[in-house]
Amino acid sequence: MLVDTAGIGTLWVIMVMAVVTLATRWGGVLIMSFIPIGYRVRQFIHAMSGAVLVAILAPMAVNGDNGARLALLTTAVTALVIKKPLPAIAAGILMAALYRQL
Amino acid sequence: MHEQQTTSSDNVMLHKLDKRLIWSGFKQLVPLSFFVIAFGAAFGLAATQAGVDGNMAIIMSTLVFAGASQFAALDLWAADIPLFTLMITVFAINARHLLMGATLYPWLTLLSQRQRYSVMLVVSDANWAMSMQAFSLKKPGFGILLGGGLALWLFWVMGTWLGIYFGNAFSNPERFGLDMVMGCFLLTMVVNGEKNLRMLFIWTVAAVGSLLAYRFLPENSHIVVGALAGGLAGLTWGYQGHAR
Repeated sequence: MLVDTAGIGTLWVIMVMAVVTLATRWGGVLIMSFIPIGYRVRQFIHAMSGAVLVAILAPMAVNGDNGARLALLTTAVTALVIKKPLPAIAAGILMAALYRQL
Repeated sequence: MHEQQTTSSDNVMLHKLDKRLIWSGFKQLVPLSFFVIAFGAAFGLAATQAGVDGNMAIIMSTLVFAGASQFAALDLWAADIPLFTLMITVFAINARHLLMGATLYPWLTLLSQRQRYSVMLVVSDANWAMSMQAFSLKKPGFGILLGGGLALWLFWVMGTWLGIYFGNAFSNPERFGLDMVMGCFLLTMVVNGEKNLRMLFIWTVAAVGSLLAYRFLPENSHIVVGALAGGLAGLTWGYQGHAR
């Protein structure tokens, strides 16, 4: 189905996007309300909360350019050494920016 | 029996949500504001370039509030948009919210229905990661989720507005490393989070799952696949759960 993006059509498209996104924000909570929370479920959830982050990051590092890799590496090392997130993020971004100026 | 009681009294504090905590959560995300505004501005500019009306771009950022999926929508933007493809794309990119809702559920369940669904309105990568970190340190996390989410939302909309009207300054966010903001932020959450052999195993499985899905499965499926693979890996290895 094609939607015309002239005039009011754009608003329709945005509403559809908003509803789908809201469904993802609420859906996980809704689904969980039907699942009794036992040890296995907690174990799964606990593991998943770390896994989400790694699942986002892995393709970024592997498929990104060297600037992206350098940024992640710098951030990881800085965060490990000084344990403060903001300087680590800033250092990573700075490295990507510097590398990409070359 | 006794364990049950300690658990619930611990959780009573953890799910606390009042004005002070929301404001403190807002302030904790303010340092990220510069980056979020710059990223929002990049979106505003890209939207104008794709032919989206300025006001509509601001409405989109306000109502959708999910950067990656908004950029993806611009890729599909044309005189006629294939609605079903758009829905699938937006759903796939934002499906990680489902997992975030599920991971927050043990604490969300202590809120009233209305509060529960209200705080989830503004869930996104950064405030979710920070609230999970707070909970794992046995600190109240919903102030960060809600207050931090409001901060991100405000800066995202402000950034979009800036990009529409002063766009050219943000024409090439990659050149300034701005595309790496969220990645670097989330990485600090991993690095400063729980580190042990069990987590290392889970991370490895999640990374391999995500990369395989990225390579072989339909576009945008890798986050969900990797996260579920990591979750399943966690089932094979016992842990000392926080709320046990």
